[in-house]
Amino acid sequence: MSAVYAKRPPLGWTVHDSIIITRATILASFRIPEALFFQLIQPVIFVILFAYVFGAAIPIPGADPTSAPDASLYRQYLMPGIFGQTVAFAAAASTVGLAEAMQRGIIDRYRALPMSQPAALIGNTIANALRQILALTVLSITGLIVGWRINDGIWNAILAYLLLLLFAYTVTWVGAFVGLSVRNSETASTAGLIWIFPLTFLSNAFVPITALPTWLQYFAAYNPISSLVLACRELFGNPIGTQPDFWPLQNPVEYTIISCAVVIAIFAPLAVRKFRTAASR
Amino acid sequence: MIHGVPSPPVTADLAVDAHGLVKTFGDVRALDGVDLVVPRGTVVGLLGPNGSGKTTTVRILATLLQATAGTAKVNGFDVKSQADDVRRSIGLTGQYAAVDEFLTGRENLMMFGGLYHLDKAYVSERSDELLATFDLVDAADRPAKTYSGGMRRRLDLAASLIAKPGILFLDEPTTGLDPRSRIGLWNVMKGLVAEGTTVLLTTQYLDEADQLADDIVVLDHGKVIAHGTSSALKDEIGGDRLEVRLAREDQTSQAVSALVPLATGEIVTQDGLISAPITGGSTTLIEAVRALDAQQIEVDDIALRRPTLDDVFLSLTGHATEDETPAPPSRSRRRGPVRR
Ligand SMILES: Nc1ncnc2c1ncn2[C@@H]1O[C@H](COP(=O)(O)OP(=O)(O)OP(=O)(O)O)[C@@H](O)[C@H]1O
Ligand SMILES: [Mg+2]
Repeated sequence: MSAVYAKRPPLGWTVHDSIIITRATILASFRIPEALFFQLIQPVIFVILFAYVFGAAIPIPGADPTSAPDASLYRQYLMPGIFGQTVAFAAAASTVGLAEAMQRGIIDRYRALPMSQPAALIGNTIANALRQILALTVLSITGLIVGWRINDGIWNAILAYLLLLLFAYTVTWVGAFVGLSVRNSETASTAGLIWIFPLTFLSNAFVPITALPTWLQYFAAYNPISSLVLACRELFGNPIGTQPDFWPLQNPVEYTIISCAVVIAIFAPLAVRKFRTAASR
Repeated sequence: MIHGVPSPPVTADLAVDAHGLVKTFGDVRALDGVDLVVPRGTVVGLLGPNGSGKTTTVRILATLLQATAGTAKVNGFDVKSQADDVRRSIGLTGQYAAVDEFLTGRENLMMFGGLYHLDKAYVSERSDELLATFDLVDAADRPAKTYSGGMRRRLDLAASLIAKPGILFLDEPTTGLDPRSRIGLWNVMKGLVAEGTTVLLTTQYLDEADQLADDIVVLDHGKVIAHGTSSALKDEIGGDRLEVRLAREDQTSQAVSALVPLATGEIVTQDGLISAPITGGSTTLIEAVRALDAQQIEVDDIALRRPTLDDVFLSLTGHATEDETPAPPSRSRRRGPVRR
């Protein structure tokens, strides 16, 4: 008996193959309990660190002190920042994952298959973004415990979570490109993080933009993490502080969506091209 | 619509047909004009030391790399312009086992089957079959991370067989395996060949090529330096040799004269080791022991030495396999039509 091929699925092979890779990647990630544990525990540590250690030292200018009890004011402000930081770090997981897959020859194997070539990356990035659902759930619960609240209705909250997942999906493409470029899994763990740190800290994630030196305010204002975090603060009904007069900060939801679209439009084709020409050694 | 393996162009009685393959990586000329022909239904062994270009050749044929120059057809399809057709025609087992180690053996096979766009029920049945063939039934539902090196290799090979490809590329499939797993894998490969699979196999070991390959192509520094059947290559470098070490050096000339009737060529003596070219293998070895014993010559050690890859190299290139200096201009031998 010779091999029996499947019928062409209604949505085409790219969707079919992407689903297979997504499923395999998610399944695999649940088989590494240590990695899963640290991925979830890291943001929780950040919450505790900022909420209890630095919290008192960071004032939020312009916030209405009557809108929430004083002690939880910074925590209300902080949580969307931690959400933003967490999804930004999703990129690092994708960098390391792909560099490892490349080093182990899995990418070679995919590339020698008659599968849709972009699907290998689409599946990988979707899986990575979906994994953030778990991280966001753990974080939200931690947040609720330390006094963070959703104050502006469930639909706005859902929109905020969707924005966070869109952002996770976007940076995962950048992470994929970096991972396929460095090829080596040891380098990948550094290269995967090196650009995320300045990006998250030069934003409004932890301190108000107005607290930054003027020249940094420009960078922070156009940094998509700032608009993401601000959008989440607004949608969750958390304090936002005073905002300097920059378009991204006046229209944070729009700016976040536009910048995600632009970044995907640039990095997805770059990553797919790297994948096609990738040499494993 | 059932989408099956496209039928190859009628003229494709060659599973692999590559001409003048050149591949450069910066300054490194990994392949320097390789011609390679694999007739359908045969096994060709690509033999060469580290860095000779074996993996590069296989990667070009498997569409993973683009050649800098030259053309290659696999199953009648051009590797550059018809990559998808090539991928549907081949199974590839790379030099390093490439399975997802966090998935179980069965999950790996199901995943690769899906990515080959095979029917689900077929993949499930085929996975069971392959797990049994490769002695992985007990480990089928354990993550591949828990497998031994040999088991991973077997799973890797199983994954490349899921679509029953007519053409199989195996890059050093037994490197790093213990002798038992290696022989097990050889038997599996022999079974595939008996079913009509065409195999291009790379190896550093002459005995492996010997066991499996109809034809051997010897690569060195990115060039084909010899091409022929295993016995032809060995004959070329003088075939088997009988090596005798004596207990007493003063009996050397006596021993040489005793061996002359058995030798097929000149007997050389160096550092107390007598080396005589012979044919007839162990029968001749026994005769030699008898002849020496009849003359009461005291023997320390007597052995039949088969040519090794080193011998082939030494004789073909004038340098040993580990020697990194460039080869002298290649003397291609037996480059005529491939015999079956
Ligand atoms: N991606 C690459 N970048 C640079 N050089 C490369 C690359 N791949 C291979 N080479 C070089 O090309 C030459 C041939 O390498 P190749 O891997 O084909 O050898 P091989 O015969 O498979 O060796 P081995 O027995 O060690 O597997 C080597 O000199 C190697 O260093
Ligand atoms: Mg190799």
